[in-house]
Amino acid sequence: MTRFIMTRVARAVLTIAMVVTFAFVVLRASGDPARAMLSPETSADAVEAFRKAWGLDAPLWVQYVKYLLAVVHGDLGQSMRDGRTAATVVAERIPVTLMLTAPALALNLLLGIPAGIYAALKRDSFTDRLVMMVTVAGFTVPSFVLGLVLVLAFAVELPWFPSGGAGSVRHMVLPVVTLGLGGAAVLARFTRSAMLEVLGQAYIRTASAKGVPWRRVVTGHALPNAAIPVLTIVGLMVGNLIAGTVLVESVFSWPGIGSLLVVSVVSRDLAVVQCILLLVAAAMIATNLAVDLLYGMFDPRLRDTRSAGGA
Amino acid sequence: MTLAGQADQMTPLLEITGLQVAFDEAPVLWGINLSLSRGEALGMVGESGCGKSVTWLAALGLLGSRARTAGSVRFAGQELLHAPARHLEHVRGRRIAMIFQDPTSALNPVRTVGDQIGESLQLHRGMDRRSALSEARRLLDQVGIPDATRRLGAYPHEFSGGQNQRVMIAMALAGQPDVLIADEPTTALDVTIQAQILELLQEIQRERGMALVLISHDLGVVAEICERVLVLYAGHIIEEAPAVRLFDHPTHPYTRGLVGALPNLDGPRRRLAAIPGVVPSPADLPPGCPFAPRCDLRTDRCGECTVELTSVDDNADHRIACLHVTGQRCNDETVAA
Ligand SMILES: Nc1ncnc2c1ncn2[C@@H]1O[C@H](COP(=O)(O)OP(=O)(O)OP(=O)(O)O)[C@@H](O)[C@H]1O
Ligand code: SF4
Ligand SMILES: [Mg+2]
Repeated sequence: MTRFIMTRVARAVLTIAMVVTFAFVVLRASGDPARAMLSPETSADAVEAFRKAWGLDAPLWVQYVKYLLAVVHGDLGQSMRDGRTAATVVAERIPVTLMLTAPALALNLLLGIPAGIYAALKRDSFTDRLVMMVTVAGFTVPSFVLGLVLVLAFAVELPWFPSGGAGSVRHMVLPVVTLGLGGAAVLARFTRSAMLEVLGQAYIRTASAKGVPWRRVVTGHALPNAAIPVLTIVGLMVGNLIAGTVLVESVFSWPGIGSLLVVSVVSRDLAVVQCILLLVAAAMIATNLAVDLLYGMFDPRLRDTRSAGGA
Repeated sequence: MTLAGQADQMTPLLEITGLQVAFDEAPVLWGINLSLSRGEALGMVGESGCGKSVTWLAALGLLGSRARTAGSVRFAGQELLHAPARHLEHVRGRRIAMIFQDPTSALNPVRTVGDQIGESLQLHRGMDRRSALSEARRLLDQVGIPDATRRLGAYPHEFSGGQNQRVMIAMALAGQPDVLIADEPTTALDVTIQAQILELLQEIQRERGMALVLISHDLGVVAEICERVLVLYAGHIIEEAPAVRLFDHPTHPYTRGLVGALPNLDGPRRRLAAIPGVVPSPADLPPGCPFAPRCDLRTDRCGECTVELTSVDDNADHRIACLHVTGQRCNDETVAA
């Protein structure tokens, strides 16, 4: 188990190092932060002064090493736009974004998984076909299209919800639905096929043959097995959710991390962009780790390969 | 013996009549008739796909919604076919238990062995979790799993195939059933393990006076353990006889081929495959005798008549379905009689 954790930590550190390097190189290769930050009329001297002030005049590798050292010491740099530390700027947006992603994830799980289970249990019934049709629509329509359609329908035609901004629960509804539906559709389809696969297994027949009532065959034998592949998808979906957040926040002008990222990239606010990417990488790593630990809980076959040897 | 006791001996414990099964309109069983007495060991042999498993899965209502079933399966006086789920749940595991070919995939991989045996005990013997676990330990011990206390908490992937089959047997015994259906219980196991498992089954059957249905490809195995044997071919029973007699006087041309193909009882066991031709799929059988395309004795009549199980030489317990050997007349000729 310790070895398992050690390799995981090493992998996580490596991943973060790669993300940091990639972001550093791409951001600097794709435009001059001084030009992006300052207005076009700024004098050459002023631009030079800005460069010096932010250390942009040093060779790239010097900047890189400096940056790495700072990161290792927990210093993520300062925002060029408003002078506060990047960590502060990003941190104040975290709860705003979580107000979208947390309910969206809940919508994914609470809608997708039961729908998939139900469809599998009622295979080929009218309900099954209906669920499958809806989910095809749900995952073929890109989320920004869905967002725009929802705005047209429920903000413009029927003025039930605001078309953008934040501030009340009513502001949350459209973005959360936009963000949550696609994932729910994917999860419903996946849960359905995982359930069908499991329901066809010999041990399900064994459970029925020994007199277990069907309801308990489903809850006690099928679901715990189907949970294993579904868990994988849930892990992947967290990544999708993060990507979706950037889009949805832009569509609905939601002042979260996604909007901050877009603004910071456009203005080449390097420290903030890097800080956000680090946060995203950390979130993905944490998710993967959680998924792996849950695997061990759900699947005893994985448990002993990890405890090196085992019984 | 009381009168009721005698009646009990007379009427079969389980009786299947005219059992037909079709998947998506393709027939798989064409009308199986068989009966099983209390404590009897009945063998069923036949090539792969002839309907051995389907017979018992249908009897217990385990075939799922794609299967159409007709006929009757009476157990202890009650109809099982199309019976309500609640009634079936009371019979499955409790009165009729079943074990399967590949024991490792027949056990739930994410639940401990003790838990899975315990589940049967809780269902059928009204035990609570604790007493179920201690009884499960006793059962594991009885089926020959060493170190039962520790093994209760192990998962199926931590056992060998043979041990998993022992676990399956322990689980089947948990409900103290009247009938154990063993569907090719040793096919997936090593030869030495096969013998041990068969020995265990035989021992348990004798000790508990339980009826045993042993399904197998292997005539030799069946002959060793069973008193009576049914031979299936493409969804039909084509011969039925006491095991000894089946070996000494195999009568149906198909069975004769099978027995002839057996090397010798003490020699290495072989699967049934030595008859020329292939088994037709039960769905597209020729009219008349199902064996006709592969039969040496075939005449035109064989393709025209419905062939029924008929006693051989006034031997009531030896019956075969063959026009020529029994001298049976065509049904269609005997309508008037
Ligand atoms: N669930 C199913 N759906 C469709 N066809 C099936 C199903 N189960 C069995 N069959 C068909 O029914 C026929 C009889 O199958 P069955 O499993 O009873 O054969 P068997 O005699 O047990 O063979 P084996 O020795 O290979 O186990 C086969 O042709 C098989 O293809
Ligand atoms: S009925 Fe005819 S074809 Fe069928 S087994 Fe007898 S002789 Fe052969
Ligand atoms: Mg079979």
